[in-house]
Amino acid sequence: MEILMSVTVGVLFMVGVYMILTKSILRVVMGLMLMSHGAHLLLLVMSGLKEGGPPLLGEDLTYYSDPLPQALILTAIVISFGVTSFILVLAYRTYKVHKTDDLDKLRGTADE
Amino acid sequence: MTWLHWAIVSPFLLAILIPFFYRYLRNVHTGWFVLVLPTVLFVFFLTYLPITSDGNTVEESVPWVPSLGIYFNAYVDGLSLLFALLISGIGALVVLYSIFYLSKKTEALNNFYVYLLMFMGAMLGVVLSDNLIVLYVFWELTSLASSLLISYWFHRDKSTYGAQKSMLITVFGGFSMLGGFSMLYVITGTFSIQGIIEQADAVLQSPLFLPTMLLVLLGAFTKSAQFPFHIWLPDAMEAPTPVSAYLHSATMVKAGIYLVARLTPVFGGTPEWFWLLSGFGIVTLMWGSISAVRQKDLKSILAFSTVSQLGLIMCLLGLGSAALYFGPGNEAQLYSAATLAAVFHLINHATFKGSLFMTAGIVDHETGTRDIRKLGGLMTLMPITFTISLVGTAAMAGLPPFNGFLSKEMFFTGTLQAYDLTIFNMENVGLIFPVFAWIASIFTFLYCLILFFRTFTGKFEPKNYDKHVHEAPMGMLISPIVLGSLVIIFGLFPNVLAYTLIEPAMVSILPNALATGESFVVDIYHWHGFNTEIFMTVGVIAFGSYLFVNMDKWNNSRFYLGERDPFNKSYDGMLANLISGSQAVTRIQMTGLLRDYFAYMLVFMILLLLYSMFRFDAFAINLTDATPIAGYIWVLTVIFIAATLMIPFINHRITAVIAIGIIGFLLALFFVIFRAPDLALTQLLVETVMVILLLLAFYHLPELRKETFKPVFKFTNFIISAGIGITVTLIALSAQDLRFNNGFEAISEYFIENSYDLAGGKNMVNIILVDFRALDTILEVLVLAIAALGVVAMIKMKFKGGEDV
Repeated sequence: MEILMSVTVGVLFMVGVYMILTKSILRVVMGLMLMSHGAHLLLLVMSGLKEGGPPLLGEDLTYYSDPLPQALILTAIVISFGVTSFILVLAYRTYKVHKTDDLDKLRGTADE
Repeated sequence: MTWLHWAIVSPFLLAILIPFFYRYLRNVHTGWFVLVLPTVLFVFFLTYLPITSDGNTVEESVPWVPSLGIYFNAYVDGLSLLFALLISGIGALVVLYSIFYLSKKTEALNNFYVYLLMFMGAMLGVVLSDNLIVLYVFWELTSLASSLLISYWFHRDKSTYGAQKSMLITVFGGFSMLGGFSMLYVITGTFSIQGIIEQADAVLQSPLFLPTMLLVLLGAFTKSAQFPFHIWLPDAMEAPTPVSAYLHSATMVKAGIYLVARLTPVFGGTPEWFWLLSGFGIVTLMWGSISAVRQKDLKSILAFSTVSQLGLIMCLLGLGSAALYFGPGNEAQLYSAATLAAVFHLINHATFKGSLFMTAGIVDHETGTRDIRKLGGLMTLMPITFTISLVGTAAMAGLPPFNGFLSKEMFFTGTLQAYDLTIFNMENVGLIFPVFAWIASIFTFLYCLILFFRTFTGKFEPKNYDKHVHEAPMGMLISPIVLGSLVIIFGLFPNVLAYTLIEPAMVSILPNALATGESFVVDIYHWHGFNTEIFMTVGVIAFGSYLFVNMDKWNNSRFYLGERDPFNKSYDGMLANLISGSQAVTRIQMTGLLRDYFAYMLVFMILLLLYSMFRFDAFAINLTDATPIAGYIWVLTVIFIAATLMIPFINHRITAVIAIGIIGFLLALFFVIFRAPDLALTQLLVETVMVILLLLAFYHLPELRKETFKPVFKFTNFIISAGIGITVTLIALSAQDLRFNNGFEAISEYFIENSYDLAGGKNMVNIILVDFRALDTILEVLVLAIAALGVVAMIKMKFKGGEDV
């Protein structure tokens, strides 16, 4: 299963990077979201996907899945949510001011 | 701090006070306050004469950065005292001259004297320092002060051009010199020059010998305007004339000479040192004297003449270093004659070139022009200036009974002895030295004739001058008169200097050429009998006069009409190419497009990661401990991958937003499968909010509602993204392998065992978040708060006046 998940992570990164390299701001934001999905999944996969119970002590199991990466991913999800929404509003603001979402048109002039 | 240290520092201290004198004592010319210092210093250095002429040295040390071996060591021996006397003595004369040359009403005298004092202090520091790093610091200060003085009239383009050129060339050389000094430190483990001289053998045997020597020589050659770095000196003539007289004839350009002389005991006696010094010296001598003939401006003639005379001194130092090859004995005494000539000519050149610059300045000051095509017939109008010039040019041309004659004879002797040398491959090519020296002397004689006769003889034509031409005021004449008298005194009584200055200096340059108890016997006299040298001099006078008399025949040639040195063209071209080249590189690189920068970073990442994986053979796929895959997971994964791959091909914006949402929810489903309930919960919530935000942000923009994406398939982008995808997959796989094989247990057993006992909770993820690793959570909350504040600020704040960007 680790190999399959590694390939999935690779696909997420590939599409994310492809989106980042396009002209539209919205697609860049989407690319960022896909890449953070990829990173989160990678964290989980790296800790091993052995069949075990959820990390809740009440279940009374002999084997639990690793709780530490889950805590790390939870932190990462919240942070990437904060950053992505900030960028999203920034993109929205850019639309409002410059009336375009084309990054090529948003480039500065040579004097700047 | 001893008196010697205070002597070096005193010009800097006075420089601090100058603006106050200038501001509050406007009635007195600021120069009078300055004049005191070099005079006192000159007298102070004279008190060292008895010490050095007895062959003793003085060394005083003050720690500066002791942990790095940097001590402010002041060291006085014959060589440094000679230079210190030149610097303070000519400094005093130049300050006196400048008092009458620069008007106190129209000139910014505070700047002038601050720069001049800074230069004087730096120059004293260069010649009196025994520590290489301290020497380098003062060396760069002279470059800086020199550039400031060249651009003294900074509103003139030519001044700033000359200042920039001299700065670039001398700092380039200074920097290479620092490299050479560092290598010397690596070899010997000390920055002290005397310490390095003691370990000269180690330097000679070191594999770093050649690069060290080349780097140090690069510094000396650029500073002393040796071929082909001489081009800055003629352009430095845009400085006020006192500056040209002081810096660009008597002192700063001799800093390189000083360095070469100082380090001769280290590098001397080797063929490389011999050939580099004498080769570049003789070429500089030739090139400078020939170029000087082409010039039409008095100061340009003098500048090229300085270049050529510096080449002469450098060549003599090179020839004299052959004495070190032989060690103590008769041969060393014989070949050290060249070093004697170098030291003697160094003094002579400072005297006559200083006076010539000052007379050129007087001519410029009183007539308003320095162009020899306009000048003429000033003999009767300016009799004193005329007399000083006569003495100066005669000395420069090498006529008896002036001091230039003696040094020229000694120069010829030196080259003829070099011709007799049987070492360093000289038996085959040694002839070039006397021949080149002779040709260069002819041209030297020729430009001296041009300089003198074109200015003072001929017909006086008042229409050529803007001013009423008359003799200069007495104050301006004092300094050139003093220097001119010295030319005559040193010419008539050359041996007054022999025991006091020249012999101690020679001991400093060639310490190993003497056996214990032996000393150099310097006896300079005019008449040597009918030897080769005298016939060479007669030939020089004959040919030079012939060329001058027949000037009408060749003064229309291209040679005479082209004034600029051809090397200026390559310097300007190099500078222009550097600028346009770097602009071109920047234009290609910095496109201003976000995509391109992403592409650079990503391609670099791919290459770096894949290379290091190849390099360490890190490709590994471990299947032994892999978890089996259930059938429904296959289905889910295929759907997930398919949905992800669809994203770039969706045309409509809202559809794309929904597709992104679907992927997020599928990810939450993965979290459910992988036994991560808290993650699934959070992911669902966050994804929902994100989708709503995306829709809110973009659906409510009316002007953009109808727009659709135009996804264009870009092959390069695809390659880059595929590369990243493959790299990430490969790293994930090899990290899996590492995780199975590294032999370490995960630390999670601790959390599993202790979360109830220590923290009293059963949800381990939550316990980790708020108990074991709560600091992460606090800061994560802070991130959210900052993001929220940022969002509010961006939406609410409106900047006024079109600045809303």
